[in-house]
Amino acid sequence: MSRRLLVVGLGLVFAASYATAQVGADKRRSGYQDMGEALQKMQDDDTANPGMLFVQLGGQLWSKQTGVADKSCADCHGAAAASMKGVATRYPAIPQGGDRPVDLEGRINLCRTEHQRADRLPPENRELLALTAYVAHQSRDMPIAPPYDHRLDAFRQQGAEIYRRRQGQLNLSCAICHDDNAGKKLAGVVIPEAHPTGYPIYRLEWQALGSLKRRLRNCLAGIRAEAWPLDASEYVAVELFLMDRAKGLKLETPAIRP
Amino acid sequence: MSNILVNAPKTARRGDVIEIKALILHPMETGFRPGPNGRILPRNIIERFTATWNGTEIFAMDMSPAIAANPFVSFFARANDSGTVVLRWTGDEGFAAEHRVDIAVE
Repeated sequence: MSRRLLVVGLGLVFAASYATAQVGADKRRSGYQDMGEALQKMQDDDTANPGMLFVQLGGQLWSKQTGVADKSCADCHGAAAASMKGVATRYPAIPQGGDRPVDLEGRINLCRTEHQRADRLPPENRELLALTAYVAHQSRDMPIAPPYDHRLDAFRQQGAEIYRRRQGQLNLSCAICHDDNAGKKLAGVVIPEAHPTGYPIYRLEWQALGSLKRRLRNCLAGIRAEAWPLDASEYVAVELFLMDRAKGLKLETPAIRP
Repeated sequence: MSNILVNAPKTARRGDVIEIKALILHPMETGFRPGPNGRILPRNIIERFTATWNGTEIFAMDMSPAIAANPFVSFFARANDSGTVVLRWTGDEGFAAEHRVDIAVE
């Protein structure tokens, strides 16, 4: 009798530890976990995180009328806290009636040209970054959830190929640093796993908010490759691949990075 | 339109020392950097930050071009009377921004 109990007990212990191991199997790390404690506290405190200044600015722009149509974002979408919740976890995505994926900045520019009948905002424009940060902030702490859309597969595949392709004078691929050597150090700084969890990020080196596109251009310059033109589709393809790779990790927008 | 984030307690006990933290959106352009066309960008910094409590100055600082963009200032003050703390930033190109916080002292 007691022996049978023991067997059942052992079985339960095994099942429990197996389950824990499965949950703990996700070893992916957000760049947040590789920062010092001071920077983590800076990111967590909404009145010390400079990214929140841009979120505040984005909130003001959200309800400001613009363009020929003289409409604000709020006129169509209402309160962002409800309508924009979770939106950033699903981008890049293919807009209705379109055939190519756009990132969140691209979606905001589409809204500007189609509905507000205003000019496109140029890349890294402060207002565009602020609006993007404001929209993405509504999804903070939500897991990244790329959409199941088979039309995206080809673009995601293109992103994966770029990620693994050696390029530049240093002949490095993204994967060599961010997969094979992540967690080790480069010039005294921990190499992160390159999960786009907090974009647009406030990078202390930039002293400003910047997009994933800017970060990718930095990396391309770092391996001495020629950066693609600012409107190239490669950026969206790489972002698609990276968001899929980071699926399930929580969004932190606006994140601080050193 | 200026963007400011302030962290200060709404209430305090008489005699308590409280911390006030303030963050403001500002480029703090040093006046030493060349722009995209090779010309030096004109200096555009916040020159002075002051804080008053019911009109009495409790903190002031001069800022220099070496201070980073979007400066964050934290300082301590003793809570003696209920009232309004006025934070003021002034600088180049006629920059002026103000933020008020009401603090109730019991």
